[in-house]
Amino acid sequence: MLEIKDLRASIEGKEILKGINLNVNAGEVHAIMGPNGSGKSTLSAVLTGNPAFTVTGGSVTFNGKDLLALSPEDRAHEGLFLSFQYPVEIPGVSMVNFMRAAINEKRKYYGQEPLSAADFLKLMREKRAIVQLDNKLASRAVNEGFSGGEKKRNEIFQMAMLEPRLSILDETDSGLDIDALRIVAHGVNTLKTANNASIVITHYQRLLDYIKPDFVHVLYKGRIVMSAGPELALELEEKGYDWIKEMHPEL
Amino acid sequence: MNNAQDKIPAPQQRDDEQILQSAAQEEYKYGFVTDVDTHVIPKGLNEDVVRLISRLKGEPEWLLDFRLKAYRYWLTLEMPTWGHVNLPPIDFQAISYYAAPKKKEDAPKEIDPEVKKTFDKLGIPLEEQMRLSGMAVDAVMDSVSVRTTYREKLAELGVIFCSISEAVKDYPDLVRKYLGSVVPYRDNFFAALNSAVFSDGSFVYIPKGVRCPMELSTYFRINAAETGQFERTLIVADDDAYVSYLEGCTAPMRDENQLHAAIVEIVVEDRAEVKYSTVQNWYPGDKDGRGGIYNLVTKRGLCRGYRSKLSWTQVETGSAITWKYPSCVLRGDYSTGEFYSVALTRNCQEADTGTKMIHVGHHTSSTIVSKGISAGRSQNSYRGMVKIAPNAAHSRNYTQCDSLLLTPTSGAHTFPVIEVHNDTSVVEHEATTSKINEDQIFYCNQRGISTEDAVGLIVNGYAKEVMSKLPMEFAVEAQKLLSVSLEGSVG
Repeated sequence: MLEIKDLRASIEGKEILKGINLNVNAGEVHAIMGPNGSGKSTLSAVLTGNPAFTVTGGSVTFNGKDLLALSPEDRAHEGLFLSFQYPVEIPGVSMVNFMRAAINEKRKYYGQEPLSAADFLKLMREKRAIVQLDNKLASRAVNEGFSGGEKKRNEIFQMAMLEPRLSILDETDSGLDIDALRIVAHGVNTLKTANNASIVITHYQRLLDYIKPDFVHVLYKGRIVMSAGPELALELEEKGYDWIKEMHPEL
Repeated sequence: MNNAQDKIPAPQQRDDEQILQSAAQEEYKYGFVTDVDTHVIPKGLNEDVVRLISRLKGEPEWLLDFRLKAYRYWLTLEMPTWGHVNLPPIDFQAISYYAAPKKKEDAPKEIDPEVKKTFDKLGIPLEEQMRLSGMAVDAVMDSVSVRTTYREKLAELGVIFCSISEAVKDYPDLVRKYLGSVVPYRDNFFAALNSAVFSDGSFVYIPKGVRCPMELSTYFRINAAETGQFERTLIVADDDAYVSYLEGCTAPMRDENQLHAAIVEIVVEDRAEVKYSTVQNWYPGDKDGRGGIYNLVTKRGLCRGYRSKLSWTQVETGSAITWKYPSCVLRGDYSTGEFYSVALTRNCQEADTGTKMIHVGHHTSSTIVSKGISAGRSQNSYRGMVKIAPNAAHSRNYTQCDSLLLTPTSGAHTFPVIEVHNDTSVVEHEATTSKINEDQIFYCNQRGISTEDAVGLIVNGYAKEVMSKLPMEFAVEAQKLLSVSLEGSVG
């Protein structure tokens, strides 16, 4: 589904990603862990086409298409979704209008008619339930005045609405209390199928107790320095990131 | 105008900054010209022209006197230059002051089918049965009103809704009592000019205790070339009356500038309420600033009565130059004035708009919410005055004045004046200036929403507080208008 080859990217002339290689297949959950500043969020930003970053080398293929040649919105239409670490507030724009625009843009991309208001609201109700997002939140402005936990639930709600093929969850656990974490993880697990995949970016092992990864990768100084099964997360938890740093004094 | 090739077709490596800057233009949808036989008087302005207009309209002597006094006073004035706009000198002799679609001689009551088609095209059907619901329309093309719908039905309630020309004939006492009572001809340069040559506009009278059951609306259309439109609207809400009034306007695309100098006067008596909403979409000129309407308007309401209330809501997206300050004189004790405004400028448009809240009675209150949005190389100014007179004890004003810049080449300016002459009143003023936030745009992009649509959403969200004050049907139109107008600014 996703093939990243020797991906390099920089911001304001400073290279952050220094040759990332990663393959993700349908049905898989990949966790990317690593100390602060290792490039985890940059990877998600570059994959989704954030214009703040410049790709300086390498290639990314997504379902056979050259991902890096697509505009951010076309990447979304092709089924790439990012659950933001810091979801922005858009004052005055209701979640309903926002989601309706998003859904209908996607339908337009695939040559489908816009969803009728009734069908759309029905879809909203269904998907809201997955992350227990109450109606009040769904009719408020996008993320405006939402608590940290509500914002993250709202991200997963949008994921449910858009049914992406590949979801990147960028530190979705940060700022969540244990109850919110359970709700969010439950949402993610409910949406998992044999046809979609997720990349879970996290600093801590905690989230991986709830969202079971098939593979764990360690990102350090812009490179994936270690890949293994779920047991790696536990080992990291135990030994800390200093263990990685000691293993790679050359970086 | 229709630079479809300038639209950036979903480029792969886009620069949002560049998109915001490139001021490619969406076609102005109302820029067509109607081919209708029009009676246009020769260009130029002098006493004979004033007399001719009055004669063409079959006016009584007192109104001709009013016009002549105004004209003679206007001659003594110079065009004001204090606005933050580059208004070139206007050659008032190069304008025709009266243009009227001709009626067919064999059927003087019939509307020319071309005129009817024009309003159909603008979405303003003149047949009553075609109206959606609850809205009566006075349609004004160039200098005359071509049709007022639902007149009879409203008359059953005692509500008068007709063109001001008809009102002069049918209700001379009412017109004479109120005309110029809020905006005297000596008020300013353009008010004097309008008082001398005003052509048509609407007259509304809501009798005591009547809540007008439908929205009243006037649609102004400029069609003829090299003419000016000088409409005059007068609204009177008697004790305990209520009315919601809407005003819309469009004009053809032309390379020359056209002058629109209107006066709106509103009188609100005891416990009466008037809501006045405008969606102003005059032709704004092309992307290089050629052509467009000079919209130089005096709008003022007098809250004369105890607990009277006047609310102005305006969505300004059109005109090359806009210069207007819908104002409230709060004379009645406990009276309330409101001003909600969204002004969007793009390309080379210039807008200098705001309000005056003059607190005279005690316990008067006013609210001002102004949202400016500047794109392209446009200049957008808020100019406001809050004046609390010595006797206006225990009065309040709240002002919120926000500016949103879409491009680094556009300008946002505020010129607030606050005068408080007693120590029991409270005045609050909040102002913000912001740029469109790239994180918001990327968030929308990531959800599949294009930058252009994202800017439309964000701007509509920014303007929501004002848009929500518009009557429902109008709000939907206005939202579309904001988004459509923005399409030109961002892609």
